[in-house]
Amino acid sequence: MDLFIAIFTGTIIAATPLIFAALGELVVEKSGVLNLGIEGMMLMGAALAFWAVTAGYSMPVAILAGALAGAATSLLFGVLALTFLTNQYAAGLALAIFGSGVSAFLGRGFGSEPIEALHRVNIPVLSDLPLIGPMLFRFDAMVYLALVMFVAISWFLYRTKAGLVLRTIGESPQTSHAIGYPVIRIRYAAVLFGGAMAGLAGAYLSVAYTPLWVENMTAGKGWIALALVVFATWRPLRILLGAWLFGGMTILQLQGQALGLEVPSELLSALPYLATIIVLVLISRDRQMLALHFPASLAKPFRPAS
Amino acid sequence: MRVAAPILATILTVVVGSIFFASLGHDPLATLYAFFVEPLSSMNGLSEWLLKASPLILIACGLAVGFRANVWNIGAEGQFTMGAIAASGVGLFWPNPESVLLLPLMFVAGMGAGMAWAAIPAFLRARMNTNEILVTLMMTYIATLFLSYLVHGPWRDPAGFNYPQTALLPAAALLQSFDPAYRLNSSIFITVAAVILMWLFTDRSFLGYKMSVSGAAPLAARYAGFRESAAVWIGLLAGGAAAGIAGMAEAAGPLGQLSPQISPGYGFAAIIVAFIGRLNAFGIVLGGLLMSLLFLGGEGVQMTLGLPSAMTRIFQGFLLFFLLAADFFIFYRVRLVRPIRDAHALETAR
Repeated sequence: MDLFIAIFTGTIIAATPLIFAALGELVVEKSGVLNLGIEGMMLMGAALAFWAVTAGYSMPVAILAGALAGAATSLLFGVLALTFLTNQYAAGLALAIFGSGVSAFLGRGFGSEPIEALHRVNIPVLSDLPLIGPMLFRFDAMVYLALVMFVAISWFLYRTKAGLVLRTIGESPQTSHAIGYPVIRIRYAAVLFGGAMAGLAGAYLSVAYTPLWVENMTAGKGWIALALVVFATWRPLRILLGAWLFGGMTILQLQGQALGLEVPSELLSALPYLATIIVLVLISRDRQMLALHFPASLAKPFRPAS
Repeated sequence: MRVAAPILATILTVVVGSIFFASLGHDPLATLYAFFVEPLSSMNGLSEWLLKASPLILIACGLAVGFRANVWNIGAEGQFTMGAIAASGVGLFWPNPESVLLLPLMFVAGMGAGMAWAAIPAFLRARMNTNEILVTLMMTYIATLFLSYLVHGPWRDPAGFNYPQTALLPAAALLQSFDPAYRLNSSIFITVAAVILMWLFTDRSFLGYKMSVSGAAPLAARYAGFRESAAVWIGLLAGGAAAGIAGMAEAAGPLGQLSPQISPGYGFAAIIVAFIGRLNAFGIVLGGLLMSLLFLGGEGVQMTLGLPSAMTRIFQGFLLFFLLAADFFIFYRVRLVRPIRDAHALETAR
C-alpha cells in the first residue's frame, strides 16, 4: 500500500513541471507561434528561482522570480519571431542554447548544496484522512497551482471570447487582422505567458522537485513538454493525462533503480525519451486527428499587410 | 547582401560580448584579445583551431543538406556519439589490432552508425509522419546514455583504475598527426572532401536542386513530382553520415578513447554553423572557423581569466540571435508608419 501511495504521489509530482511547461506552450501554439526554446526558458526559471532562495527571499518571491525569468527569456524569442519575422525553428533553437548557457553562467556560484524544499501543505482534517490524505492533500502548493492553471487555461481557451480570439489568430492571422485584432500584440502576450509558465516549471524543479542547482538540470524535460503538446493533439485535458503518463514513467524508472532491478540504470533513464518517441509515432500516424486541432498557422511568420 | 548578415551578426556579438565582459569587471579589450586573438597567435593554437573547426564544418555540411529541404535534424550530437562508439568498438575489438584495414573499417562503422541513428527519425518522419525535431533530439539523449552505459559497464578499461573510460585505441586505429607536437590530423582532408561534395550536391546536381525546391516551395515540389520522403531520407542520412564520420574522427583523433563526455557540443554548434554559413558550402567553412574560435576562446578565457565555459554557449546564442535579426533588415524594407487612430484620419490619409 505504501508503495502504491509513493508511486501515485511521485507521479503527480513528477508530472507537475511538465504540466506547467506544456500548458504554457499550448497557449503559445494555439496563437500560431512555435517556441522550441522551452528548455532554455525552464533553465532560466530554475536558475533565478534557486538564486532567489539562496539570497534569502521567501518561496513565493522565488517562484515568481522564476516565472519572470522565463517570461523575460521568451521576450528574446518574441522579438525575433514576431517583430523580426525570423524562422521560428531557428529562433527557438537559439533560445534553448542561449538559456542553457546563461543559466550555467549564472549558476556557477550556486554551489552544490541543496536548499530547503518548498513545504508540503498541511490542511487540517483533510491531510490526516487515511489513504486520501497522503494521496491528495499533502502536496506542495505548486502541484495544486498546476491543476488550477489547467482549469484556468481550459476555461480561457474554450469558454471566453479572448480565448476564441487567440485560437482564431492561430488559425488565420490574416482574417483576425482584417477584423481588427492586434495579432502581433496578442501573440506577444501568448509568448510571454508561455515563457512564464516554462519559468514556473523550471522553478518547480530547482526549489521543490530536486531542491538543488545542477547545470542543465532540466535534462530534456522542456523537449518532452513540447512533445506532450503534439501528443495531446493541442487539447488541455490530454496534456494533463499525458503529463501524468510521463510522470508515472519517471517514477517507475526511479522505483526500478531503487529496487535494484537487474537492468542497467542507463536503460531505465532512457525510458522517458523512448516513450516520447513511441507516443509521438502512435499519435502522428493519424494525420486527420492531428489536423483537427492543429493551429493552421503554426510557425508561419505573419506580417500585417499594409 | 546575403553575406552581410553573418558579418553584421559577428560584429554585434563581439560588441555585446565586450559590454558583457566589461560589466563583469574585466577589461573588455584584454578579454576580447584573449578570446579571439590569443588562440591564433601560436602554432599550437592554429592547429587546435583547425582541429575543432573540422568536425563543425563536416557536420554542418551534412545538416545543411537537410535544412535546405526543411528537414530539421537537430540530433547530430547523438549521431556523432553513435559514430564515435561504433568506430571505437571496431578499433578496440577487431581481432587484428595492427591491420591496415582498421582505420577504413572504423570510418565505415562510424559513418554507418551515424546514418543508422538518423535513419530511425527518417523512417518515422517519412512513413509515420512523426516530427523529426523531437525524435532526433530524444535519440541524442538515448545515445548519450548508451555511451555512459558502455564506458561505465562492458567497455570499461579493466586497467583504468575504475575511471569510466575505455582502453586506449591501438596505434593502427589512430589518425596520425601531421607533426607529433600538434594534434591536427589528416581528418581535415575528410572535411575538405565533404565541403566539395556538399557544394557539388547542392549547386551542381538535379537531386540537390529538387531538395532545395522541397524546402523553399513544398507545394511546387509536390506538383513537380518530387517526392517529399526522398528529401527526408537524403536530408537526415546526409546529416547522420557526416556526424558519424566526425564522431569517428574525434575518437580516432584527439580523444583516442571513449569517456562519458566526448563532445563539447559539436552537434548543436554545427546547427548554428550551418545557419551562419547560409546553408552554403563555402559559407559553412567560414562559419565553422568562427565557431571553432568561439570554442577555443571560451577555453582560453576560462583558463586565463577564470570565466566559466558557459560563455561559449552564450556567445553561440547571441550569434544566432543577431544573425536572425540581421536577416530581417536585409530581406525586408523597414518603414515606420503611424497607426491610424480613427476613420476620419483614414479618410484624410487617402
